[in-house]
Amino acid sequence: MHPFDHQAPDTLAAAVKALAEDEDAQALAGGMSLVPVLRHRLAAPSVLVDLSRIPDLSFIRDHGDRLEIGAMTKHATVAASPEVRRRIPALAGLAGDIGDPLVRNRGTIGGSLANNDPAACYPSALLGLGGTVRTDRREIAADDFILGTFETALAPGELIVAVSFPVPEMAVHLKEKNFASRFSVVGLFLSRTGGRVRIGVTGAGPHAFRPTAFEDALSADFTPGALGGLAVPAGELNEDQHASAAYRSHLISVLAAMAVERCLAGGDGPRDGRA
Amino acid sequence: MPSVPSKTIHLSVNGRPVEAEVECRMPLAELLRDRLRLTGTHIGCDTSQCGACTVHVDGVAVRSCTLFAVQADGSEVRTIEGVGTAGEPHPLQAAFQEHHALQCGFCTPGMIMTALELLRTVPSPTPETVRHYLEGNLCRCTGYYNIVKAVLAAAAETQGTGRPADEGSGHASL
Repeated sequence: MHPFDHQAPDTLAAAVKALAEDEDAQALAGGMSLVPVLRHRLAAPSVLVDLSRIPDLSFIRDHGDRLEIGAMTKHATVAASPEVRRRIPALAGLAGDIGDPLVRNRGTIGGSLANNDPAACYPSALLGLGGTVRTDRREIAADDFILGTFETALAPGELIVAVSFPVPEMAVHLKEKNFASRFSVVGLFLSRTGGRVRIGVTGAGPHAFRPTAFEDALSADFTPGALGGLAVPAGELNEDQHASAAYRSHLISVLAAMAVERCLAGGDGPRDGRA
Repeated sequence: MPSVPSKTIHLSVNGRPVEAEVECRMPLAELLRDRLRLTGTHIGCDTSQCGACTVHVDGVAVRSCTLFAVQADGSEVRTIEGVGTAGEPHPLQAAFQEHHALQCGFCTPGMIMTALELLRTVPSPTPETVRHYLEGNLCRCTGYYNIVKAVLAAAAETQGTGRPADEGSGHASL
Protein backbone atom coordinates (compact mmCIF):
# COMPACT_ATOMS: atom_id res chain seq x y z
CA MET A 1 0.00 0.00 0.00
CA HIS A 2 1.11 3.54 -0.66
CA PRO A 3 1.79 5.36 2.59
CA PHE A 4 -0.67 7.99 3.80
CA ASP A 5 -1.29 10.01 6.92
CA HIS A 6 -4.47 9.78 8.98
CA GLN A 7 -6.37 12.63 10.61
CA ALA A 8 -9.52 12.23 12.64
CA PRO A 9 -10.95 15.73 13.17
CA ASP A 10 -13.72 16.11 15.71
CA THR A 11 -15.64 18.85 13.93
CA LEU A 12 -17.10 19.11 10.45
CA ALA A 13 -15.37 22.48 9.99
CA ALA A 14 -11.98 20.95 10.75
CA ALA A 15 -12.62 18.13 8.27
CA VAL A 16 -13.64 20.56 5.53
CA LYS A 17 -10.55 22.65 6.27
CA ALA A 18 -8.23 19.65 6.17
CA LEU A 19 -9.65 18.63 2.78
CA ALA A 20 -9.43 22.19 1.44
CA GLU A 21 -5.80 22.61 2.46
CA ASP A 22 -4.50 19.54 0.67
CA GLU A 23 -5.78 18.58 -2.75
CA ASP A 24 -4.44 15.05 -2.29
CA ALA A 25 -6.38 14.55 0.95
CA GLN A 26 -9.23 12.03 0.82
CA ALA A 27 -12.29 11.82 3.05
CA LEU A 28 -12.83 8.44 4.73
CA ALA A 29 -16.33 7.42 5.83
CA GLY A 30 -16.95 3.70 6.47
CA GLY A 31 -14.18 2.71 4.08
CA MET A 32 -15.99 -0.27 2.57
CA SER A 33 -15.07 0.89 -0.95
CA LEU A 34 -12.13 3.15 -0.21
CA VAL A 35 -10.06 0.77 1.94
CA PRO A 36 -10.03 -2.01 -0.71
CA VAL A 37 -9.07 0.64 -3.30
CA LEU A 38 -6.16 1.73 -1.12
CA ARG A 39 -5.14 -1.83 -0.41
CA HIS A 40 -4.99 -2.48 -4.16
CA ARG A 41 -2.78 0.61 -4.59
CA LEU A 42 -5.37 2.13 -6.88
CA ALA A 43 -5.25 5.47 -5.06
CA ALA A 44 -2.49 7.33 -3.27
CA PRO A 45 -3.97 10.05 -1.06
CA SER A 46 -1.59 12.07 1.09
CA VAL A 47 -3.90 11.90 4.08
CA LEU A 48 -7.15 10.21 5.02
CA VAL A 49 -9.52 12.61 6.73
CA ASP A 50 -11.47 10.17 8.87
CA LEU A 51 -15.02 11.44 9.46
CA SER A 52 -15.92 8.86 12.10
CA ARG A 53 -14.98 11.04 15.09
CA ILE A 54 -17.25 13.94 14.13
CA PRO A 55 -20.28 13.83 16.41
CA ASP A 56 -23.74 14.53 15.03
CA LEU A 57 -23.20 12.96 11.60
CA SER A 58 -25.01 9.75 12.53
CA PHE A 59 -28.74 10.25 13.10
CA ILE A 60 -32.17 9.45 11.77
CA ARG A 61 -34.80 12.17 12.14
CA ASP A 62 -38.47 11.94 11.30
CA HIS A 63 -39.65 15.35 10.07
CA GLY A 64 -43.16 14.13 9.25
CA ASP A 65 -43.18 14.42 5.48
CA ARG A 66 -39.54 13.37 5.15
CA LEU A 67 -36.85 11.33 6.85
CA GLU A 68 -33.42 12.81 7.30
CA ILE A 69 -30.45 10.47 7.67
CA GLY A 70 -27.00 11.65 8.77
CA ALA A 71 -24.14 10.99 6.36
CA MET A 72 -22.22 8.67 8.71
CA THR A 73 -25.25 6.54 9.55
CA LYS A 74 -24.37 2.93 8.90
CA HIS A 75 -26.41 0.65 6.64
CA ALA A 76 -27.09 -1.66 9.61
CA THR A 77 -28.48 1.30 11.58
CA VAL A 78 -30.81 2.33 8.75
CA ALA A 79 -31.92 -1.28 8.28
CA ALA A 80 -32.77 -1.67 11.98
CA SER A 81 -34.22 1.82 12.54
CA PRO A 82 -37.84 1.72 13.76
CA GLU A 83 -38.47 5.10 12.08
CA VAL A 84 -37.20 3.98 8.68
CA ARG A 85 -38.93 0.60 8.94
CA ARG A 86 -42.22 2.32 9.73
CA ARG A 87 -42.04 5.32 7.39
CA ILE A 88 -40.09 3.99 4.37
CA PRO A 89 -39.81 0.22 4.84
CA ALA A 90 -38.43 -0.22 1.32
CA LEU A 91 -35.47 1.98 2.29
CA ALA A 92 -34.80 -0.08 5.42
CA GLY A 93 -35.02 -3.17 3.22
CA LEU A 94 -32.55 -1.70 0.75
CA ALA A 95 -30.06 -0.87 3.52
CA GLY A 96 -30.44 -4.36 4.99
CA ASP A 97 -29.61 -5.98 1.66
CA ILE A 98 -26.40 -4.08 0.90
CA GLY A 99 -23.35 -6.35 0.78
CA ASP A 100 -23.24 -8.52 3.89
CA PRO A 101 -23.55 -7.80 7.62
CA LEU A 102 -19.84 -6.98 7.93
CA VAL A 103 -20.17 -4.35 5.21
CA ARG A 104 -23.41 -2.99 6.66
CA ASN A 105 -21.73 -2.56 10.05
CA ARG A 106 -19.17 -0.11 8.60
CA GLY A 107 -20.56 1.28 5.34
CA THR A 108 -22.40 4.60 5.49
CA ILE A 109 -25.11 6.27 3.42
CA GLY A 110 -22.95 9.36 2.86
CA GLY A 111 -19.98 7.29 1.77
CA SER A 112 -22.09 5.24 -0.61
CA LEU A 113 -23.62 8.32 -2.27
CA ALA A 114 -20.34 10.25 -2.44
CA ASN A 115 -18.64 7.24 -4.05
CA ASN A 116 -21.59 6.75 -6.43
CA ASP A 117 -20.62 3.29 -7.59
CA PRO A 118 -22.73 2.54 -10.69
CA ALA A 119 -24.04 -0.63 -8.98
CA ALA A 120 -24.48 0.76 -5.46
CA CYS A 121 -27.93 0.55 -3.89
CA TYR A 122 -28.45 3.97 -2.30
CA PRO A 123 -28.31 5.98 -5.56
CA SER A 124 -31.45 4.14 -6.74
CA ALA A 125 -33.29 5.19 -3.57
CA LEU A 126 -32.05 8.77 -3.86
CA LEU A 127 -33.47 8.97 -7.40
CA GLY A 128 -36.51 6.77 -6.75
CA LEU A 129 -37.62 8.84 -3.77
CA GLY A 130 -36.45 12.21 -5.07
CA GLY A 131 -34.23 12.84 -2.08
CA THR A 132 -32.00 15.79 -1.30
CA VAL A 133 -28.32 15.69 -0.38
CA ARG A 134 -27.26 18.26 2.21
CA THR A 135 -23.57 19.10 2.22
CA ASP A 136 -21.39 21.35 4.33
CA ARG A 137 -22.28 24.21 1.97
CA ARG A 138 -25.58 23.59 0.09
CA GLU A 139 -28.45 21.29 -0.76
CA ILE A 140 -28.40 19.23 -3.96
CA ALA A 141 -31.52 17.62 -5.44
CA ALA A 142 -31.25 13.95 -6.40
CA ASP A 143 -31.55 14.66 -10.12
CA ASP A 144 -28.67 17.12 -9.96
CA PHE A 145 -26.46 14.97 -7.73
CA ILE A 146 -25.61 11.95 -9.88
CA LEU A 147 -23.56 13.03 -12.88
CA GLY A 148 -21.68 10.00 -14.13
CA THR A 149 -19.78 6.85 -13.22
CA PHE A 150 -18.36 7.51 -9.73
CA GLU A 151 -19.08 11.17 -10.49
CA THR A 152 -21.35 13.43 -8.43
CA ALA A 153 -22.06 17.13 -8.14
CA LEU A 154 -19.87 17.28 -5.03
CA ALA A 155 -17.01 19.76 -5.41
CA PRO A 156 -13.53 18.65 -4.31
CA GLY A 157 -13.51 18.62 -0.51
CA GLU A 158 -17.29 19.04 -0.23
CA LEU A 159 -18.76 16.73 2.40
CA ILE A 160 -22.23 15.23 2.63
CA VAL A 161 -23.82 16.02 6.00
CA ALA A 162 -27.21 14.35 5.61
CA VAL A 163 -29.63 12.95 3.09
CA SER A 164 -33.32 13.78 3.19
CA PHE A 165 -35.97 11.46 1.70
CA PRO A 166 -39.62 12.47 1.19
CA VAL A 167 -41.87 9.83 2.78
CA PRO A 168 -43.80 8.24 -0.11
CA GLU A 169 -47.27 6.74 0.01
CA MET A 170 -45.76 3.48 -1.14
CA ALA A 171 -42.38 2.22 -2.23
CA VAL A 172 -40.68 -1.03 -3.18
CA HIS A 173 -37.02 -1.91 -3.67
CA LEU A 174 -36.08 -4.93 -5.77
CA LYS A 175 -32.63 -6.13 -6.67
CA GLU A 176 -31.22 -8.86 -8.83
CA LYS A 177 -27.82 -9.24 -7.26
CA ASN A 178 -24.52 -10.64 -8.32
CA PHE A 179 -24.06 -13.72 -6.16
CA ALA A 180 -20.37 -13.12 -5.44
CA SER A 181 -20.25 -9.36 -4.82
CA ARG A 182 -23.91 -8.89 -3.88
CA PHE A 183 -23.86 -5.64 -5.87
CA SER A 184 -26.88 -5.05 -8.08
CA VAL A 185 -26.84 -6.53 -11.56
CA VAL A 186 -29.99 -4.45 -11.71
CA GLY A 187 -31.57 -2.76 -8.70
CA LEU A 188 -34.80 -0.81 -8.87
CA PHE A 189 -36.43 1.52 -6.34
CA LEU A 190 -39.99 2.59 -7.13
CA SER A 191 -42.08 5.05 -5.14
CA ARG A 192 -45.55 6.49 -5.62
CA THR A 193 -46.91 9.66 -4.05
CA GLY A 194 -50.05 11.54 -5.10
CA GLY A 195 -50.32 9.36 -8.20
CA ARG A 196 -46.84 10.35 -9.34
CA VAL A 197 -44.34 7.51 -9.77
CA ARG A 198 -40.56 7.78 -9.51
CA ILE A 199 -38.13 5.00 -10.33
CA GLY A 200 -34.39 4.81 -9.69
CA VAL A 201 -32.41 2.10 -11.46
CA THR A 202 -28.90 1.07 -10.47
CA GLY A 203 -26.40 -1.50 -11.73
CA ALA A 204 -27.74 -1.35 -15.26
CA GLY A 205 -26.08 1.71 -16.75
CA PRO A 206 -22.96 3.85 -16.33
CA HIS A 207 -24.64 5.37 -13.26
CA ALA A 208 -28.02 5.25 -11.51
CA PHE A 209 -30.77 6.79 -13.62
CA ARG A 210 -34.55 7.28 -13.90
CA PRO A 211 -36.40 5.46 -16.69
CA THR A 212 -38.77 8.38 -17.26
CA ALA A 213 -40.92 6.63 -19.87
CA PHE A 214 -41.72 3.97 -17.25
CA GLU A 215 -42.52 6.68 -14.68
CA ASP A 216 -44.87 8.50 -17.06
CA ALA A 217 -46.70 5.33 -18.05
CA LEU A 218 -47.15 4.26 -14.41
CA SER A 219 -48.18 7.74 -13.30
CA ALA A 220 -51.00 7.57 -15.88
CA ASP A 221 -51.98 3.98 -15.10
CA PHE A 222 -50.49 2.25 -12.07
CA THR A 223 -50.75 -1.34 -13.29
CA PRO A 224 -48.08 -3.75 -14.54
CA GLY A 225 -49.89 -3.75 -17.89
CA ALA A 226 -49.14 -0.07 -18.35
CA LEU A 227 -45.50 -1.04 -18.91
CA GLY A 228 -46.40 -3.29 -21.87
CA GLY A 229 -43.72 -3.02 -24.50
CA LEU A 230 -41.65 -0.44 -22.63
CA ALA A 231 -37.92 -1.15 -22.34
CA VAL A 232 -34.77 0.83 -21.72
CA PRO A 233 -32.73 0.39 -24.93
CA ALA A 234 -29.92 -2.12 -24.39
CA GLY A 235 -27.56 0.24 -26.19
CA GLU A 236 -27.62 2.54 -23.15
CA LEU A 237 -26.83 -0.27 -20.68
CA ASN A 238 -23.78 -2.10 -19.35
CA GLU A 239 -22.51 -5.25 -20.97
CA ASP A 240 -20.00 -7.21 -18.86
CA GLN A 241 -19.15 -10.65 -17.51
CA HIS A 242 -22.10 -10.50 -15.11
CA ALA A 243 -24.89 -9.84 -17.60
CA SER A 244 -25.50 -8.75 -21.16
CA ALA A 245 -27.05 -5.37 -21.86
CA ALA A 246 -30.11 -7.09 -23.32
CA TYR A 247 -30.57 -9.07 -20.10
CA ARG A 248 -30.22 -5.92 -18.00
CA SER A 249 -32.85 -4.23 -20.17
CA HIS A 250 -35.12 -7.23 -19.66
CA LEU A 251 -34.53 -7.15 -15.89
CA ILE A 252 -35.48 -3.47 -15.64
CA SER A 253 -38.84 -4.16 -17.29
CA VAL A 254 -39.47 -7.27 -15.20
CA LEU A 255 -38.45 -5.66 -11.89
CA ALA A 256 -40.56 -2.58 -12.63
CA ALA A 257 -43.65 -4.74 -13.24
CA MET A 258 -42.91 -6.76 -10.09
CA ALA A 259 -42.50 -3.55 -8.09
CA VAL A 260 -45.92 -2.34 -9.22
CA GLU A 261 -47.47 -5.67 -8.28
CA ARG A 262 -45.87 -5.51 -4.84
CA CYS A 263 -47.08 -1.95 -4.34
CA LEU A 264 -50.62 -2.95 -5.28
CA ALA A 265 -50.36 -5.84 -2.82
CA GLY A 266 -49.52 -3.34 -0.07
CA GLY A 267 -45.79 -2.87 -0.51
CA ASP A 268 -43.26 -4.73 1.53
CA GLY A 269 -40.97 -4.18 4.40
CA PRO A 270 -37.52 -5.34 5.31
CA ARG A 271 -37.05 -9.08 5.44
CA ASP A 272 -34.14 -9.63 7.77
CA GLY A 273 -35.56 -11.91 10.45
CA ARG A 274 -35.99 -9.17 13.00
CA ALA A 275 -39.37 -8.88 14.65
CA MET B 1 12.99 7.11 1.13
CA PRO B 2 10.59 9.43 2.96
CA SER B 3 9.33 8.23 6.31
CA VAL B 4 5.98 6.50 6.40
CA PRO B 5 3.37 8.36 8.48
CA SER B 6 2.76 6.60 11.79
CA LYS B 7 0.67 7.15 14.89
CA THR B 8 0.54 5.93 18.44
CA ILE B 9 -2.81 4.35 19.19
CA HIS B 10 -4.47 3.09 22.35
CA LEU B 11 -7.06 0.39 22.30
CA SER B 12 -8.34 -2.47 24.35
CA VAL B 13 -7.93 -5.96 22.92
CA ASN B 14 -9.87 -8.73 24.65
CA GLY B 15 -10.06 -6.53 27.72
CA ARG B 16 -6.36 -5.76 27.87
CA PRO B 17 -5.05 -2.25 27.19
CA VAL B 18 -2.73 -2.01 24.20
CA GLU B 19 -0.52 0.88 23.11
CA ALA B 20 1.09 0.56 19.71
CA GLU B 21 2.90 2.72 17.22
CA VAL B 22 1.57 1.78 13.82
CA GLU B 23 1.93 2.99 10.28
CA CYS B 24 -1.34 4.70 9.32
CA ARG B 25 -1.69 2.19 6.49
CA MET B 26 -1.49 -0.88 8.74
CA PRO B 27 -4.65 -3.00 8.65
CA LEU B 28 -6.05 -3.94 12.06
CA ALA B 29 -5.60 -7.62 11.13
CA GLU B 30 -1.87 -7.07 10.82
CA LEU B 31 -1.65 -5.38 14.22
CA LEU B 32 -3.55 -8.25 15.82
CA ARG B 33 -1.60 -11.04 14.16
CA ASP B 34 1.93 -9.74 13.66
CA ARG B 35 2.33 -7.42 16.64
CA LEU B 36 0.03 -8.89 19.26
CA ARG B 37 0.46 -12.47 18.02
CA LEU B 38 -3.30 -13.06 18.15
CA THR B 39 -3.16 -15.44 15.22
CA GLY B 40 -6.66 -16.80 15.73
CA THR B 41 -7.81 -13.97 13.47
CA HIS B 42 -7.12 -15.39 10.02
CA ILE B 43 -6.35 -13.51 6.84
CA GLY B 44 -7.96 -15.34 3.95
CA CYS B 45 -8.46 -13.15 0.90
CA ASP B 46 -7.09 -9.92 2.39
CA THR B 47 -9.41 -8.14 -0.06
CA SER B 48 -12.60 -7.73 1.94
CA GLN B 49 -14.46 -10.73 0.65
CA CYS B 50 -14.03 -13.87 2.74
CA GLY B 51 -14.70 -12.75 6.33
CA ALA B 52 -12.01 -14.97 7.89
CA CYS B 53 -10.53 -11.88 9.61
CA THR B 54 -13.81 -10.89 11.33
CA VAL B 55 -13.39 -9.37 14.80
CA HIS B 56 -15.61 -7.16 16.94
CA VAL B 57 -14.79 -3.48 17.25
CA ASP B 58 -16.87 -1.78 19.94
CA GLY B 59 -19.21 -4.75 19.87
CA VAL B 60 -19.73 -4.78 16.12
CA ALA B 61 -18.48 -7.46 13.69
CA VAL B 62 -16.10 -6.05 11.07
CA ARG B 63 -13.45 -7.31 8.67
CA SER B 64 -10.12 -6.47 10.25
CA CYS B 65 -8.40 -6.49 6.83
CA THR B 66 -10.65 -3.61 5.77
CA LEU B 67 -10.10 -1.37 8.74
CA PHE B 68 -6.86 0.42 9.48
CA ALA B 69 -5.51 0.03 12.99
CA VAL B 70 -5.64 3.82 13.41
CA GLN B 71 -9.41 3.66 12.86
CA ALA B 72 -9.67 1.43 15.93
CA ASP B 73 -7.85 3.96 18.13
CA GLY B 74 -9.77 4.22 21.41
CA SER B 75 -11.91 1.18 20.61
CA GLU B 76 -12.55 -2.12 22.31
CA VAL B 77 -11.53 -4.98 20.08
CA ARG B 78 -12.55 -8.58 20.68
CA THR B 79 -10.98 -11.43 18.77
CA ILE B 80 -11.66 -15.16 18.76
CA GLU B 81 -9.12 -15.44 21.58
CA GLY B 82 -11.55 -13.43 23.70
CA VAL B 83 -14.51 -15.73 23.11
CA GLY B 84 -13.80 -19.03 24.85
CA THR B 85 -11.02 -21.37 25.81
CA ALA B 86 -10.16 -24.91 24.78
CA GLY B 87 -11.22 -26.12 28.21
CA GLU B 88 -14.31 -23.98 28.40
CA PRO B 89 -15.55 -23.22 24.90
CA HIS B 90 -18.34 -20.77 24.20
CA PRO B 91 -21.64 -22.55 23.34
CA LEU B 92 -21.11 -21.57 19.71
CA GLN B 93 -17.65 -23.10 19.67
CA ALA B 94 -18.96 -26.24 21.37
CA ALA B 95 -21.77 -26.44 18.82
CA PHE B 96 -19.32 -26.10 15.91
CA GLN B 97 -17.39 -29.04 17.33
CA GLU B 98 -20.50 -31.07 18.10
CA HIS B 99 -22.06 -30.58 14.67
CA HIS B 100 -18.85 -30.94 12.67
CA ALA B 101 -19.19 -27.38 11.38
CA LEU B 102 -15.54 -27.15 10.42
CA GLN B 103 -13.16 -29.18 8.37
CA CYS B 104 -9.94 -27.23 7.73
CA GLY B 105 -11.03 -24.64 10.29
CA PHE B 106 -9.61 -21.63 8.47
CA CYS B 107 -12.93 -19.77 8.23
CA THR B 108 -14.11 -20.81 11.70
CA PRO B 109 -12.92 -17.84 13.80
CA GLY B 110 -14.65 -15.44 11.41
CA MET B 111 -17.78 -17.59 11.32
CA ILE B 112 -17.93 -17.59 15.12
CA MET B 113 -17.43 -13.83 15.40
CA THR B 114 -20.20 -13.11 12.89
CA ALA B 115 -22.51 -15.73 14.41
CA LEU B 116 -21.98 -14.17 17.86
CA GLU B 117 -23.29 -10.90 16.52
CA LEU B 118 -26.23 -12.63 14.84
CA LEU B 119 -27.31 -14.32 18.07
CA ARG B 120 -27.09 -11.04 19.91
CA THR B 121 -29.26 -9.32 17.29
CA VAL B 122 -31.62 -12.19 16.55
CA PRO B 123 -31.52 -14.66 19.47
CA SER B 124 -33.78 -17.24 17.77
CA PRO B 125 -32.95 -17.04 14.07
CA THR B 126 -34.49 -19.13 11.32
CA PRO B 127 -32.17 -21.20 9.10
CA GLU B 128 -32.72 -18.61 6.36
CA THR B 129 -31.67 -15.78 8.67
CA VAL B 130 -28.52 -17.66 9.64
CA ARG B 131 -27.65 -18.22 5.98
CA HIS B 132 -28.19 -14.56 5.15
CA TYR B 133 -26.20 -13.37 8.14
CA LEU B 134 -23.22 -15.53 7.22
CA GLU B 135 -23.22 -14.31 3.60
CA GLY B 136 -19.99 -12.42 4.18
CA ASN B 137 -18.11 -15.43 5.56
CA LEU B 138 -16.90 -17.92 3.00
CA CYS B 139 -16.22 -21.60 3.71
CA ARG B 140 -14.63 -23.83 1.09
CA CYS B 141 -15.06 -27.13 2.96
CA THR B 142 -18.37 -27.68 4.64
CA GLY B 143 -20.98 -26.54 2.16
CA TYR B 144 -22.33 -24.47 5.08
CA TYR B 145 -24.93 -27.07 6.04
CA ASN B 146 -23.33 -28.01 9.35
CA ILE B 147 -22.37 -24.43 10.10
CA VAL B 148 -26.02 -23.40 9.93
CA LYS B 149 -26.93 -26.41 12.06
CA ALA B 150 -24.34 -25.47 14.69
CA VAL B 151 -25.47 -21.85 14.89
CA LEU B 152 -29.10 -22.94 15.30
CA ALA B 153 -28.08 -25.42 18.00
CA ALA B 154 -26.12 -22.76 19.87
CA ALA B 155 -29.10 -20.41 19.58
CA ALA B 156 -31.39 -23.07 21.04
CA GLU B 157 -28.97 -23.77 23.83
CA THR B 158 -28.35 -20.18 24.83
CA GLN B 159 -32.08 -19.49 24.63
CA GLY B 160 -32.73 -22.51 26.81
CA THR B 161 -30.35 -21.37 29.50
CA GLY B 162 -31.34 -17.73 29.27
CA ARG B 163 -27.68 -16.91 28.93
CA PRO B 164 -26.75 -14.14 26.50
CA ALA B 165 -25.28 -15.69 23.37
CA ASP B 166 -22.51 -13.15 23.05
CA GLU B 167 -21.16 -13.53 26.54
CA GLY B 168 -18.09 -15.70 26.42
CA SER B 169 -17.53 -18.30 29.06
CA GLY B 170 -13.79 -17.94 28.84
CA HIS B 171 -11.97 -14.90 29.98
CA ALA B 172 -10.04 -13.00 27.51
CA SER B 173 -6.32 -13.02 27.59
CA LEU B 174 -3.73 -12.18 25.01
